[in-house]
Amino acid sequence: MDALLGEPWTLSPSVALRPEPFGALAYHFGNRRLTFLKRPELVAVVRGLGTAPDVRTALEDAGVPASQHAAYAAALRGLAATDMIRPRTETSA
Amino acid sequence: MTALTERPTQRPETGSLVQQFEYGLDAPICLTWELTYACNLECAHCLSSSGRRDPRELTTEQCKAVIDELQRMQVFYVNIGGGEPTIRPDFWELVEYAVGHQVGVKFSTNGVRITPERARFLASTDYVDVQISLDGATAEVNDYVRGPGSYDTALRALQNLKDAGFRDAKISVVCTRENIGQLDEFKALADKYGATLRLTRLRPSGRGADVWDELHPLPEQQRELYDWLMAHTADGLTRGEQVLTGDSFFHLAAFGESLPGLNLCGAGRVVCLIDPIGDVYACPFAIHDEFLAGNLLADGGFQQVWQTSALFQELRSPQTGGACASCRFYDSCRGGCMAAKFFTGLPLDGPDPECVQGYGESALAQLGRDRVIPAASQDHSKATPTRNQPVMLQLLTRPPVSACAESPLAGFEPQI
Repeated sequence: MDALLGEPWTLSPSVALRPEPFGALAYHFGNRRLTFLKRPELVAVVRGLGTAPDVRTALEDAGVPASQHAAYAAALRGLAATDMIRPRTETSA
Repeated sequence: MTALTERPTQRPETGSLVQQFEYGLDAPICLTWELTYACNLECAHCLSSSGRRDPRELTTEQCKAVIDELQRMQVFYVNIGGGEPTIRPDFWELVEYAVGHQVGVKFSTNGVRITPERARFLASTDYVDVQISLDGATAEVNDYVRGPGSYDTALRALQNLKDAGFRDAKISVVCTRENIGQLDEFKALADKYGATLRLTRLRPSGRGADVWDELHPLPEQQRELYDWLMAHTADGLTRGEQVLTGDSFFHLAAFGESLPGLNLCGAGRVVCLIDPIGDVYACPFAIHDEFLAGNLLADGGFQQVWQTSALFQELRSPQTGGACASCRFYDSCRGGCMAAKFFTGLPLDGPDPECVQGYGESALAQLGRDRVIPAASQDHSKATPTRNQPVMLQLLTRPPVSACAESPLAGFEPQI
């Protein structure tokens, strides 16, 4: 299983999410990348990342069954590649 | 628009992005905003027939209200054009206002106001992209359609941007019969200025209708362009090497492999245009009453027009293939460009005039003299020519015969 599931992550500060009928559109103001989140569950996960202790909890909170966690982890890695989401460094905890 | 046939209007819950896009989005992804019809140039193929300022042009305050609304709708960036947008006195003020309100700006210019000082300002801001229009890799080819001096103006702007440390400007090229052979030279120019090349399709819109027959790429040039694009937009290239296309060549997908990007007509679905007086059209290449969705001053704002106009509702249902339905490439090109069909007098559910399978040509030939090119519904071209007007005439190779010469064989001197 992807190590990412046990780590704290967050939506990048320069990313805005725009709700759309199929999910959401994510725009990165820094690198100007536009990405489509094609499932409402994925949108819920991404939104919940910042407040969840780790990615697995964010997935569970969004109602993603454990059998799909690996697929979601891969999708999140894809989002991380363009800095849509990034690992959270807890300095002010 | 013609009467609706029965089409599904219920959005599927899953399905590819293209299928989702067919039903439209809550806000556009690609919004073009022409700030003014005024222009210092008189390009022969101007798709908005620009030249003179429209007295009803939106005021600075009205423009700022539009930006506020775009921010509320989360339209993350806007493509500003014209006319020549930088000759609006409040242009830089509006750019700063947009950027300050989370609306990034990409603007198209012929370069006339990109002075060293402005270039330094642009280099100092994020979220502003500059696109310099150039339609020939040499002055000879460029100035033929864009007018005398326009090549030098564009290159001076690119030099100023480079000197100021502005990174990754775009060189925007409309591909024509005259410049398809210069693609490598364009790429070299872009590399020289640290810029990215952007190629777009010549549309028969605006004054483009007058010169389309003469300038649109020949069938063999379409193939040349397609092969070149396939080699320069492939995934293996790093970002700086990539050539952009504005997703405008999806009609070429019927050659085989699709080019990267949205292979779908986005008009009214993910794309639209706001013109200088606040009229909202389905796409930047369709400034015509037939594609007018409403006016943001008269019809309750941009969001209202985008989300409720009857025209956009109609465009957001899957199109039937019409005459193209039986073509095995329909899924690749999806019938091509709506504007290109409309402005060449072809039916909207027929083939694209530049269909690479040749159906467009035969459709045009079939109509023959019955082909009716729709009259322009607006024209801001300058009433009298200025020194910047391109002169698209070739010198005659022999003097004209006098109008008084009555013989039907006047001027004909057979070689003995």
